[in-house]
Amino acid sequence: MKKITLPLTDDVIKDLHAGDSVLLTGTVITGRDAAHKRLYELLQKGEPLPVNIEGEVIYYVGPAPAKPGHAVGPAGPTSSYRMDKYTPALLDRGLKGMIGKGARNEAVIESMKKNGVVYFAAIGGAAALISRSIKKSELLAYEDLGTEAIYRFTVEDFPAIVVIDSYGNSVLVK
Amino acid sequence: MNVRTIKAADITQAVKAVFMDLNYHIGSDILNALQTAQQQETSPIAQNVLAQLLENHRIASEEEVPICQDTGMAVLFVEYGEQVVIGDGHFEEAIQEGVRQAYQEGYLRKSVVDDPVFDRVNTKDNTPALIYTDIVPGDKIRILAGCKGFGSENMSAIKMLTPSAGLEGVKQFIMDTVRYAGPNPCPPIVVGVGIGGTFEKAAMMAKKATLRPINTRHADERYAALEDELLTMINATGYGPAGLGGQTTALGVNIETAPTHIAGMPVAVNICCHAARHKTIEI
Repeated sequence: MKKITLPLTDDVIKDLHAGDSVLLTGTVITGRDAAHKRLYELLQKGEPLPVNIEGEVIYYVGPAPAKPGHAVGPAGPTSSYRMDKYTPALLDRGLKGMIGKGARNEAVIESMKKNGVVYFAAIGGAAALISRSIKKSELLAYEDLGTEAIYRFTVEDFPAIVVIDSYGNSVLVK
Repeated sequence: MNVRTIKAADITQAVKAVFMDLNYHIGSDILNALQTAQQQETSPIAQNVLAQLLENHRIASEEEVPICQDTGMAVLFVEYGEQVVIGDGHFEEAIQEGVRQAYQEGYLRKSVVDDPVFDRVNTKDNTPALIYTDIVPGDKIRILAGCKGFGSENMSAIKMLTPSAGLEGVKQFIMDTVRYAGPNPCPPIVVGVGIGGTFEKAAMMAKKATLRPINTRHADERYAALEDELLTMINATGYGPAGLGGQTTALGVNIETAPTHIAGMPVAVNICCHAARHKTIEI
């Protein structure tokens, strides 16, 4: 089990290999379908993004509401392939890591190799367990999207697996 | 015929309770299957994933928080006894109100948008729930309630096979659908299959099949054997828990069947994640 501190550096990314189990500590940003669509459209139009994504790790998640006393509600990963259409543009803009679940398309994997990016999986459906490693949640953008808004999560020993590394190697069964 | 009056408020209360319950506490059929799978898996990564899922169920149940952040769309199959009269309200409104209260007060995620293509604005209370009602003899209301996440729903498919496709065609389509889904629907999955009827009947049966406990078998032993055979075939694909490899790609295969047309053999495959959440209540 590798302990990784965020933000990711290029050296750390080069040292991560498909199949590695990791514990992530630091901060990540969140975003899923609706937020990706908006970020992508801004990039297409050449307009500024509401969040600086350079060097960030994005977690594909739409949490359930937090019970009183909890930093966040259950917050497991959502399927990554739905973000594939938007992902290469975000990686070109400097995004360094992604956390989701399931497969990615060829265009994403090529862009990951080109930009030196790593894709982690969290365990789909282990939402209550995962939320214990999320210590803080702050709204960053798109409040109107509710659960789909962009948040900054502070995570401590967040469990993930490198499923596609920056060399394009994958441990997902084809 | 004796008439029994059930108050709308009592239906609302029962529906609210069942949706909170099923989102926090997984059924024993799934729990047992996960435990068995963990004992049988030989790969450390598969064992690790299954251990996390079991730990997740323990936490969710203990803290009464949702098992998964995708608390789904609410789906209800209702058997409505024809002797029942609703007092002080309306049947469907009472159910929608129960779903509304469960999702708003139970810390469940609101995942429904009002319009599928243009607006896509969240309804903020997870309504409308989908309600399928059969009128049956008797003076009770029986509700099979489930919540369906869309990670797995999106991996589902229907095909209008024709009779010459035969049993082999049915197996082929089910396996093609499972292989296409691969690691995406949060394996180990529960596969609900509807065979026969019409286009929409097949889909409804497939949904209902995902809500049937996985330790039950089709009443016709030929379909029961097919359920077992498909489970073995799906587990031979090797996707495994979370798609990271292993022998547990599915926990169960449930088939529902219905009479169909001389020219047809519709097959619907509704895929459900390992968090197959369902409960039955009787009012």
